[in-house]
Amino acid sequence: MEILGIILLIFAIFCAISVSMTKDLLTSLVIFMAQSLAMSIIWILLESPDLAITEAAVGAGITSLLLFVTLKKIHAIDIQKASEKDAVSHGKEADEHGEDQA
Amino acid sequence: MAKIRPDYENSWWAKLLRWLETGSTALDDALTGELDAKSADHLIASNTHHDAQEQELEERRHAALEREKRLYDHIHQWAQNRGSRLMRWVYIIASVVMCLGIIALLLTTAANLPPYGDPNNPVNNEVSGHYIEKGMQETGAVNIVAGMILDYRAFDTLGESNVLFIAAVTVLILLRLAPSKDGKPTTEQLEAEADDRMYEPKHDVILQHQANLLVPLILLFGVYVIMNGHISPGGGFSGGAIMGAGLILYLNAHGFRKTERFFTFTTFRIVSLCALSFYACSKAYSFFTGANHLTSIFTPGTPGMLFSAGLIPYLNIAVGLVVCCTMYAFYTLFRKGDM
Repeated sequence: MEILGIILLIFAIFCAISVSMTKDLLTSLVIFMAQSLAMSIIWILLESPDLAITEAAVGAGITSLLLFVTLKKIHAIDIQKASEKDAVSHGKEADEHGEDQA
Repeated sequence: MAKIRPDYENSWWAKLLRWLETGSTALDDALTGELDAKSADHLIASNTHHDAQEQELEERRHAALEREKRLYDHIHQWAQNRGSRLMRWVYIIASVVMCLGIIALLLTTAANLPPYGDPNNPVNNEVSGHYIEKGMQETGAVNIVAGMILDYRAFDTLGESNVLFIAAVTVLILLRLAPSKDGKPTTEQLEAEADDRMYEPKHDVILQHQANLLVPLILLFGVYVIMNGHISPGGGFSGGAIMGAGLILYLNAHGFRKTERFFTFTTFRIVSLCALSFYACSKAYSFFTGANHLTSIFTPGTPGMLFSAGLIPYLNIAVGLVVCCTMYAFYTLFRKGDM
């Protein structure tokens, strides 16, 4: 149990840092969800199941959903951009192309 | 009303009206009586004087503009050449200093914290002891957390639900599009809907089948979490969030046409109003009794039963309804600006 807690804590810290380090907003949102899930398991290990349920429902569920919708509203999610990222290795060009598409 | 008066022409109100219509000189005229011939000559003389004055003013204004333009150019050049570089350094240094300061503050605080689990810590006072020892007898809730937030601290939870409701209202004010008057959707609404469906198929069969399977389970689990809030972990807030997530999944699979059958703006209004006012009515007496407890007809009952613990299950239902409606309302407002 102790080892599981330490692994989860390290995972949560790693996710929290990489959320702010990631350039792509969609990717950072998915990492944010993973961080929330790790946190909810940590809450169970800390014997506070109430918080665990709320964290899983609100942190990983509703908040991420609302942020997804916001990204969609501001046209930050771009299918064209995502598919062209493999073809165009340079990130900046893909960005400009995505703006044209939007 | 004032026009009934015989001396209306000389009243202050009429003078004010005349002054507003004709400009400032009319007030003086009205105050001193009618214009005489002498003042007409005086006016012409003053006009030429006025012209000279105006010319001088114009020149001065021009010079001031020139000066300002030169100053502005100077500042602009400085900002482009040296200022931006300087400001970048200022930002870097300031961020490093702030980071180091906060790290030092937090580390000193962490180093000076009392040892973990020490019985003499300041948190282990008589309040938490009382809650833990007598909480189940006094509130009838097996789950101490539910007993605390919906009985001892029920008033705080009322504030929390109100904060959530106010947040929903704010989003409503910011994002709701004007409803159409003649029943047909307005161009704004059509645009929002087209924008909303940009990357999504209208009827995704896989998603629909998964949703048909999952949504009843999710909603049932949400109801279970709300109803057992005083027995097992959970409660109004988490259960409401789970139910809201279920509704959102259903909406994503089947579209607005289906959800509008059972959840419209009116539903949101009525459910939020009923739940919040029920909560407020049942707990607002704390205001008048100085946060003292009253004996109510809802007795604690046998701990562990579904309908025990006094008002807690009903308050849980109220909070759950508010949270569920608010989460769903957030989502629909974000998506198409209406419910």
